[in-house]
Amino acid sequence: MKETPAESVVGPVETPTSTSSITEDDLTPEQLAAQWEEEKPPAAGALANAASSLVVIGVGVGATILSAAMGLGTPDKPQPGLWPFIISLVMVALGVFQLVLGRHNRDAEKFTRMSTAPLTGLVTLAAMVALMPLIGFELPALVLCVIWMRFLGGETWRSTLVVSAAVVIAFYAIFVLALKTSIPHLF
Amino acid sequence: MDFLNPVINGFAVVLEPTNLLYCLVGVVIGMLIGVLPGLGPAATIAILLPLTYNVEPVTAIIMLAGIFYGAQYGGTITSVLLRLPGEASSVVTVFDGYQMAKQGRAGTALGLASIGSFIGGTAAIIGLTFLAPIVASFALDFGPPEYTALAMLGILLVATISSGSKAKALVAAALGLLLATVGRDIFTGESRFTFGSLQLADGIDFVPIAMGIFGLGEILYNLEERHRAAKAPSKVTNVWPSRQDLKQASGAIGRGSVLGFFLGILPGGGATIASMASYAMEKKRAKQPERFGKGAPEGVAGPETANNAAATSSFIPLLTLGIPANATMALMFGALLIQGVTPGPQLVEQNPELFWGVVNSMYIGNILLLIMSLPLVGIFVKILRVRAAILAPVTALITLLGAYTINNSMFDVTLVVVFGIIGYLMKKFGFEPGPLVLAFVLGELLESSMRRSLLVFGGDPLGFFGRPISATLLAVFVLVAVLPAIRGALTKRKPIAITAVTPEIKEKV
Repeated sequence: MKETPAESVVGPVETPTSTSSITEDDLTPEQLAAQWEEEKPPAAGALANAASSLVVIGVGVGATILSAAMGLGTPDKPQPGLWPFIISLVMVALGVFQLVLGRHNRDAEKFTRMSTAPLTGLVTLAAMVALMPLIGFELPALVLCVIWMRFLGGETWRSTLVVSAAVVIAFYAIFVLALKTSIPHLF
Repeated sequence: MDFLNPVINGFAVVLEPTNLLYCLVGVVIGMLIGVLPGLGPAATIAILLPLTYNVEPVTAIIMLAGIFYGAQYGGTITSVLLRLPGEASSVVTVFDGYQMAKQGRAGTALGLASIGSFIGGTAAIIGLTFLAPIVASFALDFGPPEYTALAMLGILLVATISSGSKAKALVAAALGLLLATVGRDIFTGESRFTFGSLQLADGIDFVPIAMGIFGLGEILYNLEERHRAAKAPSKVTNVWPSRQDLKQASGAIGRGSVLGFFLGILPGGGATIASMASYAMEKKRAKQPERFGKGAPEGVAGPETANNAAATSSFIPLLTLGIPANATMALMFGALLIQGVTPGPQLVEQNPELFWGVVNSMYIGNILLLIMSLPLVGIFVKILRVRAAILAPVTALITLLGAYTINNSMFDVTLVVVFGIIGYLMKKFGFEPGPLVLAFVLGELLESSMRRSLLVFGGDPLGFFGRPISATLLAVFVLVAVLPAIRGALTKRKPIAITAVTPEIKEKV
């Protein structure tokens, strides 16, 4: 694992002290399961379920039209479109089924304030992909590390900067110096 | 002794220094990601796929397999010490393992778990050694119709056994099949769904899909997960269980080995289901079931044995039929395809050094893991201190830079990010990513076998029912597809449904 050097830089890390009382420690499996259930992110409502079903139906219908355009042929002389056509039909059917009967499923999760974290993460990743060919990977990677550790992870500034620098140096050493890959790099 | 010759030759393959090294690397990584909550074995294997490009196929699979079964060992440690399951397959270990740790018997719990894991793993390798060639020789006569039926059944089972909504899992599988059709049609050479893009003309590579959906999707998803406040881990003192503990747990270990082995072979089965089934069985069999949840050693030994046995035996369908039984095996399948090896019944005959090399490497891997989890367990307990906030950007960067190295192209990196978004949204909306990747891997096999069969049958789909094996498989397929609907209709009539005690576990990939 490449992260070991980074870890040794930080040194021993203080573990947050436990605030749990004795009662919390004595949970039976059933209570523990219930507690986990409670801690799960809130379930999304019927709207999210309907939206996801509509996306599925949309993709399915789109693929149906495109594959029909490729030509279907007959089972013994199939054209390229036949197989994708069958799958797309199944997908549309499943989407409709989901739209009608899956309304009250509770397995979708609500987007909460916490969801800004993956969104931020995504933006940094996209920025890195866009910038890498232009200015190399080092600076975007450093910025990505800082944002993820300080703002998404709540690390202290000191450990963020030290670890980020160590991580980028380690990656440079591995991918550029040791493996001699052609990853775009600035230095 | 003809049968044993290739087996023994396999040991020669394993003992090559490179292979030994990769085996060690694999099990250490597996153990680490097992200990660190967040990434599961499938995500790790997906992220590390680029590493396997420049090595021999056997070496690559030895390492990837090591990650998979190593994670089963490592996952125990957090379950016992922190009441946080490192892996989905170690969730039930929490119930009694943590209680044992509270009673000052953390060492005993870990010791029993690793001894059980070792026995379960080793028993399953021996079972694999004898069962796999038989299954493979049986499957040698399989033609396209049988493969069509088998692939369809495999995808359906993985989709229906997944924890979330079945219809959503099937949607994911359909999307996987659709993605597999992108690119040139193998029969006519026409482009499908390429939208004029040259880069899509050869189809989408398996690696960016796996890295994106499993790897990056999981990383993004974890970013918003509220992490339960970590506590100071309990002290681990003596990891060697006493004779009495061993005696008490020996039954559970024996039963766990057998149960896990068989549950692992079933498509859609695997380590998680095996561990839960074993816990339920031990509790049912116990003379005083009320001890469970209060630190019963059997409640740790049984599930931990079963999940290792299942992890090992789930290689059987992959290596003998060429049908991956779960998402992780789909990744192995993909890794073999990259190397130009198509897993299937011919593998034992045509590639004995690969087959036996991988199988026998598991003996070595299990011994290494036993050493790491008994005398060296203290080192891994220390690793618990690495925080997710530091790990997340590191894994994200490994994924991006690794994706670049596949073809030295930014296009692959972009694909990984795109599939990362899809993977994240899928998880968010309750669509399992596993069936997608599995269906994607099997998509080409399924389409080409179906079209070949239809050619043979002159375009008559009923021809599938004219052959005994494909007919049986398809009958099972229909049964599995229809059964939940019937059961659903029945339970609706009875308003008080019997709910299982086991919590619904979101499978970490």
